[in-house]
Parts: sequence; C-alpha cells; structure tokens
Amino acid sequence: MNDVLLKLEGVHTHIGAYHILHGVDLALPRGQLTMLLGRNGAGKTTTLRTIMGLWHASQGSITFGQRAITQLATPEIAGLGIAYVPENMGIFADLSVKENMLLAARAARNASQMDDARLKWIFSLFPAVEKFWNHPAGKLSGGQKQMLAVARAIVEPRELLIVDEPSKGLAPAIINNMIDAFAELKATGTTILLVEQNINFAKRLGDRVAVMDNGRIVHAGAMQALAEDEELQHQLLGLAI
Amino acid sequence: MKIDFDWKPLVLVPVLALGVLPFIGSPSTWLTLTVAGLAMGMIIFVIASGLTLIFGLMDVLNFGHGVFIALGAFVATTVLGLMADWTGSPDLWRNLLAVFAAMLLAMAISGSVGLAFERFIVRPVYGQHLKQILITMGGMIIGEELIKVIWGPQQIALPLPEGLRGAILLGDSAIEKYRLLAVLVGAAVFALLAWTLSRTKIGLLIRAGVQDREMVEALGYRIRRLFVGVFVVGSALAGLGGVMWGLYQQNVVPQMGAQVNVLIFIVIIIGGLGSTGGALMGAVLVGLMANYTGFLLPKVALFSNIALMVGILLWRPQGVYPVANR
Repeated sequence: MNDVLLKLEGVHTHIGAYHILHGVDLALPRGQLTMLLGRNGAGKTTTLRTIMGLWHASQGSITFGQRAITQLATPEIAGLGIAYVPENMGIFADLSVKENMLLAARAARNASQMDDARLKWIFSLFPAVEKFWNHPAGKLSGGQKQMLAVARAIVEPRELLIVDEPSKGLAPAIINNMIDAFAELKATGTTILLVEQNINFAKRLGDRVAVMDNGRIVHAGAMQALAEDEELQHQLLGLAI
Repeated sequence: MKIDFDWKPLVLVPVLALGVLPFIGSPSTWLTLTVAGLAMGMIIFVIASGLTLIFGLMDVLNFGHGVFIALGAFVATTVLGLMADWTGSPDLWRNLLAVFAAMLLAMAISGSVGLAFERFIVRPVYGQHLKQILITMGGMIIGEELIKVIWGPQQIALPLPEGLRGAILLGDSAIEKYRLLAVLVGAAVFALLAWTLSRTKIGLLIRAGVQDREMVEALGYRIRRLFVGVFVVGSALAGLGGVMWGLYQQNVVPQMGAQVNVLIFIVIIIGGLGSTGGALMGAVLVGLMANYTGFLLPKVALFSNIALMVGILLWRPQGVYPVANR
C-alpha cells in the first residue's frame, strides 16, 4: 500500500517576475498523511497551488498516480480525484452551507441526490455542518467555516485531500475536532497533504513530514523521527516540537 | 435561522415614489409617471442583467454590450416590417405573436453574435481591464458600422403594433398598454433568472463563480465554458432589451446602444457588480428617477441618475446588494 500517489520532481514555479519554487521534490505515499512544514514564505502554499494547477510549474514534473498533471488545467486536476482547501477556505459566503456542499458533489444535481450515508458520516465528523445546513455560509464563525471547507472537500470520495493550514486561527477545541476528523479520514485510506504551522497538530497526525525552506524541500522523512530529534527540529524549524 | 434578507434597499423604491408625490401633486399624473418609470426600469434591467453577470463572473468590462441592444432593435424593425399584416391587425394576440417572434429572433441573433464577440474580442484580453475597455468599445464601433451597412445610417421607425397603441384609463390616469407589457416581460425575465440562479446547479455555479471563480475551478468545474454560456445569454438578453427599448422609443438608430450603455453601467454599479437582484433594484430606481425628474425638473433629468448613483454609493460603496468576496 506504500506506493506513491503524488510525486513532484524538480518543480520550479514563477509568479510574475518572482522565482518562488526552486526545484521541489516531494513524494506522497498512498494512504498516508504527510505534513508540509516550514516558516512563512518558504513556498508551502505555492507548492499546493502548483499541484492544483492554479499556478503552473515553469519546470519539473508532477505525477498523480500514473498521470502527468504538470500542465493540466485546475478543473481537470480536481476531476482526477484531488480535493483542495485553500488557506482562505474558499467558502462561498453568499451561498448556504447546503449549497456549498452541493457544489462540491459533482454528481448531484440537487441536494436530494447527494449520498445520504456519506452526508451522515460527514455530519458525525462536523456536527456544525448539519446544524447550520440552511444558513448562509458567510455568517459562520471561523472554525465553522473551516469545518465546512473540509466537509465540502470530502463530500464525495477523493483519492487525495490537500489542505492549507487547517488549524489557522482556530480555538483549541475546534483544533481537536479537526484532528479527530483527519484521523478518521486517514483511516478510510484517503491520502492527505496538510500544510501546517501548528507543530502539535503536525505531531499528532503526521505519518510523514517534509520541511520547506527558500522554495525547496530541505528535509523529508517520518514524522516520528523528526518529533524525537530536537536538534533537527532546531536546525529545520528553529524550534522544538 | 434562514438566510437573512436585506430589505433596506427595497424601501428605496417606495420612498422615492411616495417622496415625489407631493411635488407632482396630481395622483393620476404620479401613477402615469410611476408606471412609465417601472416600464423603463424593467427594460433597462433586461439589458443590464446579462452585463452584471458577465462582469461578476469573469471581471470582464464589456463596454460593447450596447451593440447587442442596437442589433436586437434593428432585427425587430425587419421582423415587424415583414409581419406588417400581423402588427396592423386589430387582433391583440396576432400583435403579441409578432412582437414575440421579433424578440425571439433578436435574442437568437444577438446571442450568436455574442458567441463570436466573446471568442474573438473578449477572450484574448481576459484579466486585462484597460485592454478590455478599449477592445470592447472598438467592437461596439465596428458593430454600429456593420448595422449601418445592413440597415443604413438613418433613424428607422419602430411603431407599436395596433393593439399595443394607446392607453388604458385607470380613473384619471392613462397607463400606456405597451408599458404594461414591458413590465410583464421584465418581471418574467427576472423570475426566470432568479429561478435559474437559485434553483439549478448551473445557477449555483454562476453565483459561486461570481464570488470566487478560482475555487469553482478547484472543485472541478470549467468556469470558462460557463462564462461563454453567460456571455451568450447576456447578449441575447441585451437583444431582447433592444427590441423593448426600440418599441418604447418607437424608433431606432445605430448609436442607440452607446446611449443606453451609460444607463446600464449606472444600474449595475448601483446594484452591486455581479448582483442580479441589485441590477433589478438599480434599474427600477433609475427608471423612476428619469421619469420623475423629466416631469419635475427637465433641465436636470440627465444629471439625476448620476446624482442617484453618487447618493447610493455614499450609503453603500459596493452597491445596494454587494456580492461577497468581491
């Protein structure tokens, strides 16, 4: 089961005149949760956006399963089974929670065609989604919006879930709820890539870890090994986990 | 708790309408002016609804929207001219069928030209506002010249069919029959648009795309295809509005699109860019304001809608119904 689902090889990304990624190499083992760590401006969000085709790699290759996706358009990449939650959560504020979920359920034309059993499972992970089902998404709190963003990403089964800073600005109780949800998702065999700044979040969830600095991966390995090596933590992140 | 509805902008219409009543004095004149204002507003709404979605969905500033208005109106002169037997008939249903035939053909032709306009004029300048303004204005000038080549440069009369002429007397008020038809058609277009936007998946995608098109793509939808569809429908609606506007004015000139363009931009700015409900509110306010000031203070009639826009933007800088995330 430990074959590679997503592989980035020597990926460079330019945004206008700026050279952001300088040859990123990253492999996500299937069915595992990989944490992408690094200080602000290291290139984590750019890496995720490049995977999704929101910015195109100027050099290098990205492979999903057996398929090269480097130059594919974002909708095609998403259509292959990759769900993405951006840092700003990408919630449609003028739409209701139900409408946000319905949009992500590509196979459903209306709410009654959504998979009931899966919805019930999602409601058990994120009760707020059910509670505020008919509310405007823009009226939800930050934590509820983040729950909706993740719930929306998994409303249909996806092979890979990519989430940019799921714990950002959330209260500890909501973070614990989020950790439980990701753990349950991982148990279903979903491959997950999380960008995180919250080290405890990373330590509790990660199977694998990759650390970025200056647009490159400077360390990749088992999360456990990094968690146990304080000197390496200081060297890579400037702090101990 | 269900979705909160922002009712405050809705109050503006009765406030404006009742506020001018003491100045107009005669209730019958007031009713006539109000129905005329509503009719004008509904026609402007039909034209502006497509433009606001085009801007909202893809940030495209289409200053060429006016050419579809003129095209629709000129198509109507041809269709209604060919159906003179029907328009001259005293039978109202034959009159209405002729008008609806003109509307359908105008929509089909404007929509088809809109497809080509999007492909060859708008698509190369996505994301470049200055170029969009220049090239779409250029497109409108070319369109106007092509209309002159086909129909000639002169003003063409577009008389109302027999059964739609004249007025219905309501007490002392004279309500022109065509204005009632314009209100009905405008209301039907709004109802259809509102139903599509709120009850169908395509409508949901359009509303979501207006807020955050990148996220819609990340969910797996090809938003450019959706945009082409919106552009074609928007152009067809401008063609329909052109037929209605031409019949309202009872004549058409190739430059009519450019003349109406100013009004529709005021409407979509008042309404909130990308908002269909806002466009309806803005159009009704503009229509009423134009008719009231045309009667009370003809010298400031041209300025009145600019003043209305300034007043509303001072109250709500993003328009009466701003779209979230924009």
